[in-house]
Amino acid sequence: MRIRLEPRPEPSRLAGWLSPIVATTAVLAIGFVLFKAMGKDPWQALYTFFIEPIDTVYDLGELLLKASPIMLCAVGLSVGYRANVWNIGAEGQLIMGAIFGGGVALALFESESRLVLPLMILAGMAGGMLWAAIPAFLRTRFNANEILVSLMLVYVASLVLSLLVHDAWRDPEGFNFPQSKLFTEHALLPNLLPETRLNVGFLIAVAAVAAGWLFMRKSLPGYQMRVAGLAPAAANYAGISAKRTVWMGMLIGGACAGLAGIGEVAGPVGQLVPIISPGYGFAAIIVAFVGRLHPVGIFFASLLMSLLYLGGEAAQMKLALPSSVTGLFQGTLLLFLLAADVFIHYRLRVVHTAVAPAGKIA
Amino acid sequence: MNSRLVLTGITKRYPSVVANDHIDLTVMPGEIHAVLGENGAGKSTLMKIIYGAVKPDAGDIAWEGRYVTIANPARARRLGIGMVFQHFSLFETLTVADNIALALEGERAGPGLPERIREVSAKYGLPLDPARYVHTMSVGERQRVEIVRCLLQDPRLLIMDEPTSVLTPQAVEKLFETLRRLAAEGCSILYISHKLDEIRALCHKATVLRGGKVTGDCDPRRESSSSLARMMIGGDLPHPQHRDAQAGADALVVHDLTLAADDPFGTSLSHINLTVREGEIVGIAGVSGNGQKELMAALSGERPLPSADSVKLLGVAAGRLDAAQRRALGFAFVPEERLGRGAVPEMSLADNALLTAHRKNMVTRGFVRNAVVRLYATDTIREYGVKAGGPDAAARSLSGGNLQKYIVGREIRQQPRMMIAAQPTWGVDVGAAAQIRQALLDLRDSGVAVLVVSEELDELFEICDRLAVIAQGRLSDPKSVRETNAEEIGLLMSGSFISADAESTRAYSPAGLI
Repeated sequence: MRIRLEPRPEPSRLAGWLSPIVATTAVLAIGFVLFKAMGKDPWQALYTFFIEPIDTVYDLGELLLKASPIMLCAVGLSVGYRANVWNIGAEGQLIMGAIFGGGVALALFESESRLVLPLMILAGMAGGMLWAAIPAFLRTRFNANEILVSLMLVYVASLVLSLLVHDAWRDPEGFNFPQSKLFTEHALLPNLLPETRLNVGFLIAVAAVAAGWLFMRKSLPGYQMRVAGLAPAAANYAGISAKRTVWMGMLIGGACAGLAGIGEVAGPVGQLVPIISPGYGFAAIIVAFVGRLHPVGIFFASLLMSLLYLGGEAAQMKLALPSSVTGLFQGTLLLFLLAADVFIHYRLRVVHTAVAPAGKIA
Repeated sequence: MNSRLVLTGITKRYPSVVANDHIDLTVMPGEIHAVLGENGAGKSTLMKIIYGAVKPDAGDIAWEGRYVTIANPARARRLGIGMVFQHFSLFETLTVADNIALALEGERAGPGLPERIREVSAKYGLPLDPARYVHTMSVGERQRVEIVRCLLQDPRLLIMDEPTSVLTPQAVEKLFETLRRLAAEGCSILYISHKLDEIRALCHKATVLRGGKVTGDCDPRRESSSSLARMMIGGDLPHPQHRDAQAGADALVVHDLTLAADDPFGTSLSHINLTVREGEIVGIAGVSGNGQKELMAALSGERPLPSADSVKLLGVAAGRLDAAQRRALGFAFVPEERLGRGAVPEMSLADNALLTAHRKNMVTRGFVRNAVVRLYATDTIREYGVKAGGPDAAARSLSGGNLQKYIVGREIRQQPRMMIAAQPTWGVDVGAAAQIRQALLDLRDSGVAVLVVSEELDELFEICDRLAVIAQGRLSDPKSVRETNAEEIGLLMSGSFISADAESTRAYSPAGLI
């Protein structure tokens, strides 16, 4: 007897949308077992993890605030992923966006112009695109693997930021802490909802989701990106330039991640500090796939991911659980999603190997 | 005399189709038995059942008087059933002997194998050097390896799946001699094909399949091609109209095109010259693997060339242009592979129209006009008689022939001025093939320059005005089809025109000067 994976003739569309839900349920079940094993009351722990972080208006604001950068990064990445352009370095592009945008804020520190914020946003996008352009160039010119290059540039970006806030951009009145001056009001995103920290960045993220949908579903370049991802030979046959595909995939991802970076420094952080993001750029990779690389899916998946972050913090504070619980939930979520996907395209068959091949013998 | 193989009531259902529906088939010892049918008639499934690769849902198989269950190909080989597949399963980086040893069991694979390979191959007129590497061999030679591999296992039934699709006419004649000799020694042969002339020349008996059912049993030697075709497609074979060409200005001029292969087992192109004029169809014959793939990529722009002047398209030096830029000049191309190259398998027919036809008013300011795209797809489906669920059907849900009709229609309806079709009817059933040929002829008559690359000589003679042959990456001078015949083209296909050419190259090469 053997167990075999057999391709299904027609993968179900419904199952494609259900699998993130199945995966989430499985994560909850694992969480239940895990909390139990750690000697906590599982119901109490799950409540603390998943319900308590969103039971007030302020908390809901926090949920959307944290979801915004993840959503932005994931939408940008999904455009590239659709075209088989594997940008793993959104985290670095986010940091570079924060550096460029934050640099503008510091350079125009005295200015009270309304243009400061738009300039910061443009600079942030440019920073993210510049950082994404490096792997794009190396890939198209020397065929260097963009996965490795973009990933390694994350650490370079992080060190550049560290260098700046420890030295050139350090606040002279900041008691030697490695951080820049606090941005003025003109360099901060306006608040969206009183009583919360939610700011206009959320609207920008939602607009990016809508733009992503419009681009991928309705525009010719978006269509061509999808062709490049599904059938590279067909893309070449139709004259869709593989280089342009790489450039577009990387630059859109970089621009969105740069926006996310500026959203952080001009939002909840309010200045440049050594660590701007708790891994939003990496979490966005999971979100992009949990959301089926579809903008609407990404919208909901980033809310879920944001909840995992908040729940992880709450669990640390209230239940004295280690912070790695967040990472564990993120990881199991991706694992279960990929597993569910296997069963959308394949089914398990138990094959009985016949012992004696002879049938009726005449 | 006892029958060798008797199938009764063989049935195989797949989720969307009944591939075999109560098939009965009897093969006698020493009989060359044709299984004839269009694409999708169920021939391949039936053969895979006999070879143990597919399990039937119902029905019995009796082998030499005993009921048997053929659980897998190894069991089939032990019974004495061998199969030569249409697509070879050889390791290119191994020698002939290594490849054969891999398929043999136990002692047969031991020392002395090269001797036996030589012996068997000489006996059946299939000369083979056991020490040669497969990647250096032509397609015809590779098929010999497959056949000899089967013969070494002393089969009493040999299944040949469309064996002649890759052979020159001369090689086909050689193969037939071998098969006749085998049959004379008592080996039964199941011969799968849709080529009616071959079956009439070779086979003693024919079983005709249509839509998974047996529609006729006959002695093909007593039938005409048209009576066989009627059994096969259930109607008469349409014949394309062929008027004389009214050739006009040069649409495609290839000048001294030399191009190194980009993969180690590819074919390099060497000094190719070719002119295609408006209002004529030029054909390129040749056994596949002789540079067709590379030539097509160079002409279509999928592989842009270093020199702009080596390809002149509609008056423009186009060598350095990519595929999209060449299409913008009025060029269209039907590639050999439909799924994955000519069409995106997962996408709908409408989305696949957008792939190359987006210049046809389908895009405003970067945004796709869905209504125009769908209309184009719907019209293409209707005009070219594509059997599909509609513009939303996924490309991969279509049969090969239907998808090919759709792709041909999509390209022609862009009103190109120069069109290239590679293997336009490969694997397409007879009715659809006739329709595609007629469409190409109509295109020619409307003043379009057409270049057709095909392995099927009959097809080329039917539609082309001039014919050239590609062999070992070189192209012969085109001849008017009225002044040549299949025999001459067949000789050219084996590379006969190259020797003199290569001779002169050697004289001028630096090595020759030393």
